[in-house]
Amino acid sequence: MRYFLRRLAFLVPLVWVIVTLAFFLVRVAPGGPFDRERKPASPAVERALAEKYHLDESLGSQYLRFLGLKWETGADGRWHRAPGGLLVGDLGLSLKYRNHTVTDIIRQGLPASLTLGLLAFGFAMGFGIPIGFSTAVRRGSWGDWIGSLLALVVICVPGFVLGPVLILVFGLQLGWFPVGLWGAPLQAVLPMAALGLFFGGRVARLMREGMTQSLQSEYIRTARAKGASELRVLLRHAFPTAVMPVVSYSGPMLADLLTGSFVVENIFQIPGIGVFMVNSSLSRDYTMVVGLVLLYAILLLVLNLLVDLAYGLLDPRVRYE
Amino acid sequence: MILWSGLLVLTGCRPMPRADLVILNGPEIETLDPHVLTGQADGRVSGALFEGLTRFDPVSGRGVPGLAERWDVSPDGRLYTFHLRTNAAFSTGEPIRAEDFVWSWRHAVDPTTAADYSGFFFYVKGGKELVTGTSTNLSSLGIRALDPHTVEVELVNPTPFFVDLCAMRIMAVVPRWTVERLGDQWVRADPLPCSGAFELVAWLPNNRVRVRRNPRYWDAASVRPQVVDFLSSDSPSTALNLYLTGEVDVLIEKNLIPLELNDVLLKRPDFHTFSYLGTYFMRFNVTRKPFDDVRVRRAMSLVLDKWRIVERITKLGEKPASAVTPPGTGGYSPPPGLGHNLCVATNATDRAAALAANIAEAKRLLAEAGYPEGRGFPTFTYMFNAGGGGGSRTHEKIAVEFQAMLKEHLGIHMELRPVEWKTYLSEMSRLNYDVIRGSWVGDYQDPTTFLDCFLADSGNNRTGWKNARYDALLERAAGTADPAARAALLQEAETLLCRDEVPILPVFTYTGLYAYDPNRVGGIHPNLTDEHPASAMFLKR
Amino acid sequence: MTASPNQRAWKRLCKNRPAMVSALFLALIVVAACLVPVVSPHDAMHGSDAQFSPPGWQHWFGTDVHGRDLFTRVFAGTRVSLLVGAVGAAVSLVIGVCWGMVAGYVGGRLDGLMMRIVDVLYALPSIVFVIVLITTLEGLVKRWLGTVAPGFVPMARMLFLFVGLGAVSWLTMARIVRGQVLALRSRPFVLASQSLGAGHVRILFRHILPNVVGIVIVYLTLTVPAIILYESFLSYLGLGIQPPAASLGTLLAEGASQINPIRVLWWLIACPGLVLGLTLLALNFLGDGLRDAFDPRAD
Repeated sequence: MRYFLRRLAFLVPLVWVIVTLAFFLVRVAPGGPFDRERKPASPAVERALAEKYHLDESLGSQYLRFLGLKWETGADGRWHRAPGGLLVGDLGLSLKYRNHTVTDIIRQGLPASLTLGLLAFGFAMGFGIPIGFSTAVRRGSWGDWIGSLLALVVICVPGFVLGPVLILVFGLQLGWFPVGLWGAPLQAVLPMAALGLFFGGRVARLMREGMTQSLQSEYIRTARAKGASELRVLLRHAFPTAVMPVVSYSGPMLADLLTGSFVVENIFQIPGIGVFMVNSSLSRDYTMVVGLVLLYAILLLVLNLLVDLAYGLLDPRVRYE
Repeated sequence: MILWSGLLVLTGCRPMPRADLVILNGPEIETLDPHVLTGQADGRVSGALFEGLTRFDPVSGRGVPGLAERWDVSPDGRLYTFHLRTNAAFSTGEPIRAEDFVWSWRHAVDPTTAADYSGFFFYVKGGKELVTGTSTNLSSLGIRALDPHTVEVELVNPTPFFVDLCAMRIMAVVPRWTVERLGDQWVRADPLPCSGAFELVAWLPNNRVRVRRNPRYWDAASVRPQVVDFLSSDSPSTALNLYLTGEVDVLIEKNLIPLELNDVLLKRPDFHTFSYLGTYFMRFNVTRKPFDDVRVRRAMSLVLDKWRIVERITKLGEKPASAVTPPGTGGYSPPPGLGHNLCVATNATDRAAALAANIAEAKRLLAEAGYPEGRGFPTFTYMFNAGGGGGSRTHEKIAVEFQAMLKEHLGIHMELRPVEWKTYLSEMSRLNYDVIRGSWVGDYQDPTTFLDCFLADSGNNRTGWKNARYDALLERAAGTADPAARAALLQEAETLLCRDEVPILPVFTYTGLYAYDPNRVGGIHPNLTDEHPASAMFLKR
Repeated sequence: MTASPNQRAWKRLCKNRPAMVSALFLALIVVAACLVPVVSPHDAMHGSDAQFSPPGWQHWFGTDVHGRDLFTRVFAGTRVSLLVGAVGAAVSLVIGVCWGMVAGYVGGRLDGLMMRIVDVLYALPSIVFVIVLITTLEGLVKRWLGTVAPGFVPMARMLFLFVGLGAVSWLTMARIVRGQVLALRSRPFVLASQSLGAGHVRILFRHILPNVVGIVIVYLTLTVPAIILYESFLSYLGLGIQPPAASLGTLLAEGASQINPIRVLWWLIACPGLVLGLTLLALNFLGDGLRDAFDPRAD
């Protein structure tokens, strides 16, 4: 327990370093959030725009303001802390979508991304674990071949090919599912498959691997020798250890799934946050990038911690220092 | 299955009922604030919510009476007196008075509002001084409220297109009390006081903007759709899929139709092309060698087979251009530019002959510039912005064709450098390129919307080209009231730009493509300004 | 006769039929990628008037929008993709192995610090990092290359794909290697050579490195397809290889935009897709075979 508390405490400086890195990284790239195809009407307007969002300040000052540690003389002439900042949980306004705060956009987009991510996670598990399990049990058979090949094929098809193909076949030719948008349950099916298949393939491979190794181990032979039924051996004895690699993979996998996928959200027109991860970097939406990096980092680190916790619970042999 | 449906319920997926009219509007809306918005997609939504003295006519795309029911112009063309409608009101009930216009315009020119497009106020007396910051006295702007229903506007020069300008978003009236209370975030007010045909229902980032008919709008009786959705998408295939499955009624963003299908789609009754004020061109950086030599610029311009570009790449029936102003801009006809012979050749043999003549001329010019057969010509790059996810990559395709033509005809090698949007803009502004892609879409129906870009002090010039005679010609044209004399001056300037000096290489004038079923949707008309107000659209029963 | 573990692993690999078939296929692809663009009567970069002609005798894989022969382009693209994958994986290999070995071998505070750096980079979305890297440094390096070696300017984007993709994929490698080294460090043969006074560098390279080679090779074969896929994603975003050159990723991204209900120019997606898919499949099979072969428990 102490180990986990210590790791939890360590998350804070880690996240701080990550966010700081993101803060400076996006500002290094050429161009700024307000560069457009047309120049503003006058340099005065350009200056006013930069001033409004404090982009005219030095990097250090911008950073302090971002953290919420910036002190300045206010309009009333008194020395006070500049409003907002990370420390009070304020990530500021998006620089591209200027009428929305970063928190606002994330709050609006996260439900769609979370739902889709969890569905895809469920799909990946539902697809991967049975295939991995059965191919490992019938190793060398035709079933093994077909299952393993299927798992590999879905890994090798990029999402931007799989998505349009699914739309073309199931959405337009057969007309079974809507081709895009979000809200109704049926609209979730194709994006779920497009997103989940790749991860499902990875899960199937990990599962097959784990199961194969677990079946070769000593205690399975012991269990069989004791005369336990084959099904019981497979499910009660082999499965728990075999699923470990899948469990440890599910941390990063969930972090990836929950923060949305650019390709799938773009193709299916889903109002999630995945598109923002790419678009905000491309449009130099500084505040948005930092906000999304923060979200991703916290999700990933916490999920990894949970995975380790689950590890300890599932496998009593694992002891943390 | 249980997990799945459970999850959907948990996360509160409540699909909104379908709107009467769903418009696929293009990229995500950045802001709805009519004074600071810059994108066309933003303008389409904001234009439905806010109106100015005039509004765009759906048929001609020009300014027609909006909140002002009529106006008088002084004989010298510099004084406009607008008479407001007495029933003009915001959607929240407050009446719209002359004072509101005065305040709104002052708010728009105020540099602290940071409105990118406040350059439109340069035509109004005192506007240029305020926008550039040489004056800070907002009351010096040439707009006055004579009485609650009369607005008087004083202009610097007689401006024939001023009524069109008054329909621009930045000239719209905004609710003063809301702006004063909420500052830059005033468009998030709930309820949002709207002066246009619709009022805001919901604004969901990366999803849709839903508006409904504004019952207090002066012309509410003629607004047919009750609820309109503006959907955002930036993937052409997604947009097409949504349209084909009936999720979307109108596909209004021309960049969202897959390029490769243009020839097939054009034959369908529900795809409509129209010309609008836009020109695709290339910029030469005249501050860099060898592009400081006009002979080099001319040689490169002459070898571009513009017909191949429009017939094989863009395929929408775009017209090859030799001048930067599209034909028919406010009744003006552009003068023939360099390589005009090719652009007017109608059949294949004429085109081949014109191109051959141009190429021969180009070779001669290049040799004269010191690079016979391209020998010794330095390696240079052509920069263009590479489209984001799933885009049609038009720029890349045009670049590849141009590269091949230069190699084949002049023996010079052009490197291609695709960059993402922000790098493209930043390198272009800093003149950190050799040759770069460019395009310009006119804001109003007058050639100056194009020609003003290439003034020496214009922020949109971005070629390094400065020409005192050009600037003087435009200056003189601005002070000329007689339309014929003004057009002659503008043509002289454009000849200088596009035939003699060629700091830019015009390629073609744009053609737009819209998709809607004419049996179901009405009220959309082709026009040069590419303005298609949602208030005019309707569903046929 | 006792064979070394590596020789035994090799023998096991030869018995693995899918892995051998894959290796053969990969060899064929590599040969094709090297030869086709050279011997083909068509130029991969230069267009013709035959726009969008379907596969036929003249053009085996059809032609694209510029009338370029797709067969030639697919194999020229394969060459680029394999190069990016291989060099990117090599970059990740060098960084990852060195990082992991040093961290694992030295241990203590340095190990903690180095692994925390890995954690930080791991939690930073790689796409943000890659976009910034490509956009920021490309212009600078191009200018620099332009003065130093103008001939290499067109290679700049490829160079960045090498470095950028390598730089985001070394993290897992570093973790794996560190774990292995940590376990090996306390093994008798390492302790023995330490007590005999062998230098650290010597111990690392003579004793520890050979023992992690197996797992590194395995992981490497899995990194190559991952990088090729990542490059195709960048192509989809428009950050891929510099035109008119193409990688399998750019060809595929181009093809993917052709999937629509109106008219499918199927060869634009099927040909590069098939070559990419089969190549990735073969790489994965080979990786699996290698891992099975190098698995110490199989001895």
